[in-house]
Amino acid sequence: MPHRTFSLFILPSLLAMILFVALPIGSVVYQSLFIEHEQVMVEVENCGPFGCTIERRVDAEAMRELREAQPAGRFNGIGTYLNAGHLAVDRIGEIWERTDDWGTFLDQVMNLPLYKALIFTLSYTFIVTPFVIILGFFIALGVNALPGLIKGPVIFFSLLPMIVTPLIGSLVLYWMIDSRGIIGSALQTLVGDPTLSLKASPTLTWVTLFVYGIWHSAPFAFVVFYAGLQGVPKDTMESAMVDGASRWERVRFVTIPYLMPLATFIALMQLMDNFRVFEPIVGFSAEANATSLSYLIYSDLRSADSPLFASAAATSVLTTLGVIILLMPVLVRTWRDFNRKA
Amino acid sequence: MNKTLLSTTAALIGLAGAAAAQCTIEGEGSVRILANDFQALHAVVARAAECASDTVEVTTNETTEHKDIQVAALSTDPAAYTVAVVANGSLVPLLNEGLTRPLDDLVEQYGQNLQESQLIRIDGQIMAIAFMANSQMLHYRADILEENGIAVPTTYEELIEASAALREAGVMETPLYASFKPGWDLGEEFINMYMGSGQPFFEPGSAVPAINNEAGIAALEMMKQMTEYMGPDMMTYNSNEAQPYWENEEVAFMTGWGSRTAAFIDENGATPEIAAETEVVAMPGWGGNGIPATTLWWDGFAMAKNISDEDAAVSFQAMMYALSPELVADPETAALAAWLVNGYEPQPAAAGVIANMQAGAAPYPMTPYMGLLHTALGDNLAEFLQGQESAEEALEDVVAAYTTAATEAGFIQ
Repeated sequence: MPHRTFSLFILPSLLAMILFVALPIGSVVYQSLFIEHEQVMVEVENCGPFGCTIERRVDAEAMRELREAQPAGRFNGIGTYLNAGHLAVDRIGEIWERTDDWGTFLDQVMNLPLYKALIFTLSYTFIVTPFVIILGFFIALGVNALPGLIKGPVIFFSLLPMIVTPLIGSLVLYWMIDSRGIIGSALQTLVGDPTLSLKASPTLTWVTLFVYGIWHSAPFAFVVFYAGLQGVPKDTMESAMVDGASRWERVRFVTIPYLMPLATFIALMQLMDNFRVFEPIVGFSAEANATSLSYLIYSDLRSADSPLFASAAATSVLTTLGVIILLMPVLVRTWRDFNRKA
Repeated sequence: MNKTLLSTTAALIGLAGAAAAQCTIEGEGSVRILANDFQALHAVVARAAECASDTVEVTTNETTEHKDIQVAALSTDPAAYTVAVVANGSLVPLLNEGLTRPLDDLVEQYGQNLQESQLIRIDGQIMAIAFMANSQMLHYRADILEENGIAVPTTYEELIEASAALREAGVMETPLYASFKPGWDLGEEFINMYMGSGQPFFEPGSAVPAINNEAGIAALEMMKQMTEYMGPDMMTYNSNEAQPYWENEEVAFMTGWGSRTAAFIDENGATPEIAAETEVVAMPGWGGNGIPATTLWWDGFAMAKNISDEDAAVSFQAMMYALSPELVADPETAALAAWLVNGYEPQPAAAGVIANMQAGAAPYPMTPYMGLLHTALGDNLAEFLQGQESAEEALEDVVAAYTTAATEAGFIQ
């Protein structure tokens, strides 16, 4: 295709990409470089039903003038990225100074908000993704072997976890794992420990979230693999059978190689999806034991009286960088393929 | 839940009964109310809605998300709402942006029914009208205490002892309930506990936090002791979920909000026999300070700055009608909260709030950066309570998180 035709061909999608992807990302990056103006404070007397107190208050008039002069706020450069809420360069330095061995050092660094969120996000991504692929594959193989009559209903029920809204799904499970819920109390009896709580122990909370993630996403892998299985070439399969290949050998040497590109596709989708894990943390009220990068953004925007835009923007930029790093191997491979063809 | 009430006004007036006085408003304009969503506020807002007529339009939006939309909604010109129902905490963001209107002229013209204690004066100007008071109070099961010969605790030390006694007697394994869910609830619990020390939260005249001290550590240690007597899922306990535990006879003591007490002592509720034995007292103090470990709150309303004088006049009149003594003449409404309006006779649900006030509890600080500290506390204390951190480390994390946020918001340089 001539370059000119190609350019015209992709122009509409390129425009849409610029408008809906590049510009918002650019504005987020810009936002992350600014913080709120220095607040002008005045002391005033507050009186109400409980008596009078002297309290400090923002001078709204003076602040308005400042904001009109510089609407974006005070330029802070990459200060927000380096502060204690994000990369925490200074605090890591302090911790380095006061700790003697690597164990304590890492332990304390992993307690910093961004690193704590990052370690959970990465664990979630790298544990849930492979399990989803493997489980989805086996469900697909199983369903594919079922007789036609019950196939339809089984497929429908296997898809349910994906159809349920993540927040609702996690809330339902949340009540089931309560120490008085059906799963929670069953586990207590099973282990013989009446104080066991899936919600209190950090490890068990992590495990719960992982299990939830696998439960929720496995149907996606299943449906993709199942579609792929319908296209596995019958000739190859039959010649493998003639050659005396067992069922396992047929799966290993015919089905899996054939489905490999699909596995890559699912891995890509799941890496991106799982890296932005958020709803289950809210649904399971797990913020005490597990926070993710997306959760940090949410809490910057929602929990304080006024949103901390710079913090949220900085975390967003760091998350975007994280996604790029995660997808790098795939991107590099695509680039190589492209060059080879050209 | 956004509903235009013009069409339903007739029905509402019908429900309110023919005996109720009609709302008559001078002038014409529109009343647009933004409020939180709970029973006591609903009673007020429903009365204001009765003022809809040919010349006065009334719309209301009662939502628990009110705090997140109020600044944006009042920033437009004209503002999306004329009346914002606020509490002492949620008024601060509006004041910070200068979005509310002084009410002195309106109070003078239409506020005959108001009492001096209802007027929230900031720097001499009336910026809001309070109509109910709220705070946490100690709920307890009178029957269980009596059967086991335990006196009603007046300090946290006694509360811990009483809980231990109930466990030893085999009455209850986990007799204590407090809202320790990370986030707003847990932050509020620490703030309440720290209030019992009488120490300030910030260095005088600055936004530098002053909680990383002995009082802060002692407050945390007290909370840690409480966790010994709370259920295994305590880190997800919050005030919305307390009732099932209470009605299931799993707890004998609970620190809970006055605005929710009505549901706990409701003898027409799910468990009348438990409700009948539920009583409230002032929050306990600790460390020999004798100050109830709680914050006092008021709920009231402020008015948007960016509205026409006509809208302001009719909106204020509608609120005055809503807050007239007739509001609390209805016993059911009177039982919902500790009202500050004229003509209110204290009810059992309000006893704890009044006891807290008399025992010297202080209001929740209206300092602009208090919300940031509250958030930092809510996010950083869970690990200590679960035994993964020391109290010093937890407070250090709080100070670091708060300082980062306060610097970004321009309060600390």
